[in-house]
Amino acid sequence: MTMSETPAPSTTDARPAPQRSTTTDIALIAAFAALIAALTVIGGIPVGGAGVDITLQTFGVLLAGCVLGPVRGFLAVSVYLVLGAIGLPVFSGHSGGLAPFSGVSAGYLLSFPFAALLAGYLVKYVLGGLRTRAAFVFIAAMAGTVLNHVCGTLWMMHFLDVSLSQAIKFDAPFWVGDIIKSLVVALVAAEVHRAFPRLLARR
Amino acid sequence: MNPSYLFGVYQPGTSPLHRAWIGAKVGGLAAFSLSVVLVRSVEAAFVFLAIAVLAAAVARIDLGLLLRSLRPALVAAVIFAGIQWLLYGPAKATETLVDLVALALAAIVVSSTSPVNAMLDSFIRWITPLRHVGVDPERVALTIGLAIQALPGTVALAVETRDAARARGVRHPRAFLTPFVIRVVARAQETGDALHARGIGDD
Amino acid sequence: MATIELEAASVAAPGADGDTVILEPTTLRLTEQRIGLIGANGSGKSTLVRLVNGLVTPTSGRVLVDGLDVARDGAAVRRRVGFCFTDPAAQLVMPTCVEDVELSLRRSVRDAGERHRQALAVLDRFGLGAQATLSVHSLSGGQRQLLALAGVLATDPSILVADEPTTLLDLANTRRVTETLFTLPQQLVVVTHDLDLARRCDRVLVVEDARVRFDGPAEAAVADYLSTVPL
Repeated sequence: MTMSETPAPSTTDARPAPQRSTTTDIALIAAFAALIAALTVIGGIPVGGAGVDITLQTFGVLLAGCVLGPVRGFLAVSVYLVLGAIGLPVFSGHSGGLAPFSGVSAGYLLSFPFAALLAGYLVKYVLGGLRTRAAFVFIAAMAGTVLNHVCGTLWMMHFLDVSLSQAIKFDAPFWVGDIIKSLVVALVAAEVHRAFPRLLARR
Repeated sequence: MNPSYLFGVYQPGTSPLHRAWIGAKVGGLAAFSLSVVLVRSVEAAFVFLAIAVLAAAVARIDLGLLLRSLRPALVAAVIFAGIQWLLYGPAKATETLVDLVALALAAIVVSSTSPVNAMLDSFIRWITPLRHVGVDPERVALTIGLAIQALPGTVALAVETRDAARARGVRHPRAFLTPFVIRVVARAQETGDALHARGIGDD
Repeated sequence: MATIELEAASVAAPGADGDTVILEPTTLRLTEQRIGLIGANGSGKSTLVRLVNGLVTPTSGRVLVDGLDVARDGAAVRRRVGFCFTDPAAQLVMPTCVEDVELSLRRSVRDAGERHRQALAVLDRFGLGAQATLSVHSLSGGQRQLLALAGVLATDPSILVADEPTTLLDLANTRRVTETLFTLPQQLVVVTHDLDLARRCDRVLVVEDARVRFDGPAEAAVADYLSTVPL
């Protein structure tokens, strides 16, 4: 593979072929599962040592939804979780295996596919043609972020047996990073939709 | 990218736990984790921790590797226990600390005694009954295999694109992320075409 | 040899400001064993060859392979037409060489043991026998493209379409892949920028601006193409 600068989106998107959708869907789902893993692995920024690093993980999860739409986004994130669960070191801090699924932050992890589903649904069915405008995609990404935080907070509340207000305080430090990440998701996803206008074509 | 990265958290060995049936290990872990979360008592917490330590000893997991895998969970446990000590006193703090360590330890034992391939095979076997609700296990296996296959290449692509952005003196993450994502999508569409050309989507 | 027929086949892509013509209505009958396509990037060569196995379906007109309509009998056509792409990394989908070839055989050979045996035999044929159980990431670029070819040819299609199969390879690997392509018994349709490779074909089409501008013997076609390229 040689390096080129910002690649031209090639002619790939111009080719009409309705019936090859299944294999392209499989390839896109697999590619985004690997993309989330790659971003989590290379982009770890530890904060405050709270056990949950600020990584590009949530960025990848929301991006999968905003770029692939609800169903493929949900599946891509689920495949990513399976990769980690079977023991590949694709979670934050190069960890993997089943431990993150029974830890304090499991609520975040398990709600990732649903965050992608929600953001993807909004981008595909509510935004429609507006998906090339970052400001609108940002709203969809934020909806996914809110769902993710609500699930993460409720999990902590039950898991640690603390009050809701206490759990919200545990969750609070991660908001700033996730809002910034949603913003970047919106910028990137809008550009990807401009490069591949047929990616979310309704069939 | 070194493919050894893909070995993940598994540690080869010949202990009874290495040879045990994966279904029993994962099922046992689920039951164990549920008990730890549901039973709220300090004494019980220590019993659970003892069981997890015993399992780790039986599996003869290398102590250094064990501590490294345990570190994220340990950090979280100490932080949350510290907060609980301030809020609710020592009893609850101790229970939280011991519970979290026991959960993480048990999960690490299962993951480090089960090879990634065997875990994946078991996972595909478990979802086979879902055939009746329209899930094609073979297609799921292909998608997961494809994602694992794409991991090293995707990490390399991410690093390469990031370096290219840096070489041009661009600091904004979007300057690296947009070309990266566009290349991932373009390559996935090519892979989809290749799969289709090989007749994968025809059955 | 198989027969590939285009009957006024055209391709257009819908866009925001009207349709973009990717291939003007084209009528062709290809029966030679080795057919080359040359022309500038974006001229429509890739689209033309993708019509042959149904990766692209014609917007108007028909494409027939041995009398089978590509749009209607897609699956049957794809069993006859193998397709090799430019980037081997995008085509290899399984972890080890032998598994990737087995993936191609999974429909034609039901028994797993037999499938494994046949896959090994195919790898031997392409000089990759020693690499059978290695990760596809441990192969050189040329070996990867040979493996991609092995995966495509495992099912013994009667036509092989190759879209710039040597563009990403170094000189030694280009020669190796070219030699392999030109010793195949199959009918070969190859898109290339390598004029030496094009010269070895029985018939060469020069594609320019969404249409076939020249169609004839290799030397004349290469001369025609060179005349369109400014110095």
